[in-house]
Amino acid sequence: MNLDKVIFAFFIMLAATLNFGFFIGDIADPDHHHRLELYAAIVISAIATVLKFGDQTHLGAVVLAASLVADLQLIAAAITWAIVEHVTNTGLTASAMSSIVSLSGGALLANLISVVLLVIETVMSRR
Amino acid sequence: MGSVFFLALRRLRGPLVTLICAYAVSVLGLVLIPGRDSAGGIWHMDFFHAFYFVSFMGTTIGFGEIPYPFTDGQRLWVLFCIYFTVTAWLYAIGRALTLVQEPAFRQAVTYGAFVRSVRRLAEPFYLVCGYGDTGRTLVRGLVEWGFSAVVLDQDQDRINLLSLENLPVYVPGRRTNCSDPAALTTGGLKHSQCRGVIAVTNSDHVNLKVSISSKLLSPNLKVYSRSEIHDVGLNMESFGTDVIVNPFDIFADRLAMAVHSPARYVIHDWLTSPVHTPLREPLFPPRGRWILCGFGRFGKAVQQFLSFEQIDATIVESEPEATAAPEETIRGRGTEANTLQEAGVEQAVGIIAGTDDDVNNLSIIMTARELNENLFTVARQNRQENDPIFQAAEVDLLMQRSDIIARHIITRISNPLLAEFLQHVDKMEDEQWATALAARISGVAGDTVPTTWVLPVTKGTASALAIRLYRGAEIPLGVILQDPHESGQRLSCLALLHKRGNDTALLPADDAVLRHGDKLLFCGRRIAASRMRWAVNSADLVRELIESYP
Repeated sequence: MNLDKVIFAFFIMLAATLNFGFFIGDIADPDHHHRLELYAAIVISAIATVLKFGDQTHLGAVVLAASLVADLQLIAAAITWAIVEHVTNTGLTASAMSSIVSLSGGALLANLISVVLLVIETVMSRR
Repeated sequence: MGSVFFLALRRLRGPLVTLICAYAVSVLGLVLIPGRDSAGGIWHMDFFHAFYFVSFMGTTIGFGEIPYPFTDGQRLWVLFCIYFTVTAWLYAIGRALTLVQEPAFRQAVTYGAFVRSVRRLAEPFYLVCGYGDTGRTLVRGLVEWGFSAVVLDQDQDRINLLSLENLPVYVPGRRTNCSDPAALTTGGLKHSQCRGVIAVTNSDHVNLKVSISSKLLSPNLKVYSRSEIHDVGLNMESFGTDVIVNPFDIFADRLAMAVHSPARYVIHDWLTSPVHTPLREPLFPPRGRWILCGFGRFGKAVQQFLSFEQIDATIVESEPEATAAPEETIRGRGTEANTLQEAGVEQAVGIIAGTDDDVNNLSIIMTARELNENLFTVARQNRQENDPIFQAAEVDLLMQRSDIIARHIITRISNPLLAEFLQHVDKMEDEQWATALAARISGVAGDTVPTTWVLPVTKGTASALAIRLYRGAEIPLGVILQDPHESGQRLSCLALLHKRGNDTALLPADDAVLRHGDKLLFCGRRIAASRMRWAVNSADLVRELIESYP
């Protein structure tokens, strides 16, 4: 058993599950999407990205790319949230909430791809 | 580049994860801990403000409590956060700095830079293995002829010398084991612009390995290799090494030529010297008995060539048994007066100081001169760094080994036609002929050595001339030897070789008829070269020259 692999798999999956938890629910309803969950998803996703740094295998590079995409989407969602709350002061309207959630939905897709690649890598390894 | 980047990222995983955790915990704490707004009501900091606060808290310790003054609970948490984030930052920066200073990382960076600069080479280049005196002269010559070079040597000091050399083009160099085939490949062995490999390290074995690796990995490349041992040379020849240079043979051959046939020697010297070298008048060493000091590999080769040229020589050697010297050899180094007197220095006409020690060679020359001031002195210089003292000694003929080898190779690379011409000159037995040729060359040269240039009579290089010849005009060589600037004057140059297919004519006469596709080798002043190139590419000038030709 490789401890590195365990840690990495843990973070990748946690990022996907947290992301899913935030995403699920009515897309326009702020009550269904907790900000702490988005926050946790961002932090865990960032850690997962850093853990994949310096991997020279082809599969590792694709996982890194997917992970970077997830970060980008989640950070975009967080920035949108900050803007509507503090810059434009329009508050969490239905349209704002749905764009935040749809951005996180994109991140979810990237995270799922990461998980799938992780599974493929595990299956392909001979040991 | 790639591997350095990945190495850096891999090493920075720990610090970056620590930093993310520090930020995440600090922000989360600030969001969860309740504060009070200006009206005294419960207020929770949001993520936006928390992230903003932590960002400037971690990097600067001088800040206000925003947007409302903190409660004591918040302050307690911020106190913890300050130490946590600052430590995380110090750790991350410290690790990054250590990484940059690590030898392995630095090596990876220089390696990456070397590979990139080799890949970017756009002009034809030669891969030079070994950057001793010979390698340095070679690289200078290659650059002068418009080539670039990549240098490999196992000594870092020599690579540092390369970067101090101040060459007009960038020559990448790398400390590496030349006999490693992978090192040759990173040096550009398979690069499309690589024209050849030159193996001039001190070790025959390394040169052999370089030659064989190059011939196997890139069979089309020209391989020039130095070999001191004849067996190794034969071995190199067996797998197709293009030019094998035995420094002792070439050096001894030149030396014997200088003594026996000064005119041929001076022709060699002039035509292969770097540009702007002052023109040295030919020396005529006296005929008679010579003294040869040193009977190592070099001395043996010299003796062989001297006896071939029927010159009598008395040998002086400190260890006659070890070097298998002939019986009548005088024992001694030759640096002491009594040894030289025993060798008959008073009756000799010249002395060759040919040991492998520069100081001894100089000492031999100085001592011998005191005993017989009319001696013709020939000194062998082994190391380039001793240039100043050899210059000061004012030896009649100074033979520098690295210089001779480097010129030998460069002539073959830069101007194969010149190499062919010099071979013909060597074969000519007639010393009168060579003396006359030397006089003609010095007549067109001026104060510095003549430059040599090749004029292929083709559309690309002599368009106007080639078109006329192609249409069937009959133009003698003399036409293009006229000065296009001043009618009735000849260009100060001399046609050395006229090559048509496999036929070569030495020193073609003015009435030799040109044909499309011929190759001509000239020597003379630089201005003559540029005027000739200008004239043969201009239709008007070619017509004028033909009309004015008698």
